[in-house]
Amino acid sequence: MENVLLQIEHMSKSFDGMEVIKDISLSVKEGEVVSIIGPSGSGKSTLLRCATMLEKMDGGNLSYLGESAVWEEDGKCVYAPKAQMKEIQKSFGLVFQNFNLFPHYSVMKNIIDAPMVTGGVSKKEAVARAEKLLAQLGLSDKADAYPYQLSGGQQQRVSIARALALQPKILFFDEPTSALDPELTGEVLKVIKELAAEHMTMIIVTHEMQFARELSDRIIFMEQGIIQAQGTPEEIFNSSNERVGEFIGKFQS
Amino acid sequence: MSTTVMLMQLTKGLAVTAEIFILTLLFSLPLGLLISFGRMAKNPVIRNLSKIYISIMRGTPLMLQLIVVYFAPFYVFGLKIPNYRFPAIIIAFALNYAAYFAEIYRGGIESMAVGQYEAAKVLGYNKSQTFFRIILPQVIKRILPSITNETITLVKDTSLAFVLAHAEMFTLAKQIAAKETSIMPLMVAGVFYYIFNLIVATVMEKLEKSMNYYR
Repeated sequence: MENVLLQIEHMSKSFDGMEVIKDISLSVKEGEVVSIIGPSGSGKSTLLRCATMLEKMDGGNLSYLGESAVWEEDGKCVYAPKAQMKEIQKSFGLVFQNFNLFPHYSVMKNIIDAPMVTGGVSKKEAVARAEKLLAQLGLSDKADAYPYQLSGGQQQRVSIARALALQPKILFFDEPTSALDPELTGEVLKVIKELAAEHMTMIIVTHEMQFARELSDRIIFMEQGIIQAQGTPEEIFNSSNERVGEFIGKFQS
Repeated sequence: MSTTVMLMQLTKGLAVTAEIFILTLLFSLPLGLLISFGRMAKNPVIRNLSKIYISIMRGTPLMLQLIVVYFAPFYVFGLKIPNYRFPAIIIAFALNYAAYFAEIYRGGIESMAVGQYEAAKVLGYNKSQTFFRIILPQVIKRILPSITNETITLVKDTSLAFVLAHAEMFTLAKQIAAKETSIMPLMVAGVFYYIFNLIVATVMEKLEKSMNYYR
């Protein structure tokens, strides 16, 4: 029995009358790694932001681990009550394009603060988790550093550690390497690959085609607010769909 | 009057000046934060009331505000409040400075990147945790130079309390100067104000430096 962690049904979202997401349905099972690719403005990031509730969706249903977070009533989206939502939010984490670390906190504090403040974890436990994560991500010597003292790649790895410290079931990545130069991109992609090897469930919006191909169980190609094509990396990279071929061709050359 | 006596009297006045200064900061800094929340509120009634408040406080003379706060209870409401002079001074100063501080807070809060709020939200922080743990510490670092400016102005503005004839340093200096027909007491008061502000500026600079551990 495969466990569905994320279920999106008929999601739609408009900004000032512009429909950015049109009737998207998507479900992600435990242990699955799903990459979302597509041209800029195709709605990839908006989809992620709606799924993580940073944007309010206009229509459709959203549920995590079978718990309804958002549903439609009389043509309007209803969000779960606060207490329930707090529980639902614990099931996912999000890694941002530009890290969004807390600059006034050390690396260690960035990682332990949320578990202690919002997760009710003891300081001892939080520190133990953080030390393990830092070792895993090759950042043990940076625990006392402040974000501004780190390279972009290191900052992004800290932000991944910060998200993992809350032990989410699903981790979303919103273009995690777009703010990094190629050299630093590699070290972040390596970390994501290691997570995939541990069967972390991940949904990754990315422009790194080769990476998506190597890593993903499924690739989703989005354009103009809809899922144009989806399938295994092989299916997508050998797709007969003209737009998919065009888009991927651009990146392979 | 000997120089020693004059110096002693002015030093006493300086203590009163310092008292007004400290109490004003104590009340106006938190009050300013509250008003800045009002100024940024989604509710249009609260937002506009805060706006009008700030507009009046910044748009009329502090000296006039001191007079109104002191005399209004009696002349408008017929209330006789015993020992009201000093509280009236503190109320007027705090109300006035809170308006300026509110706008400084607002500038700082609105300059924060939205990503900080989003990261906090995804990590499960509620609104007040987000504000007090993540946003406010960074805002304070950003607004400290502006706060220093206001604080230094406040030291000098305390002299306006002379309109209610409260025995702070400037009131005393003026009285002694008139009695002795000498400009000396006013010059000395000037030096005292300068030294006071030198100390304030040094302390604020230390505070700023103490936040230099991050960018």
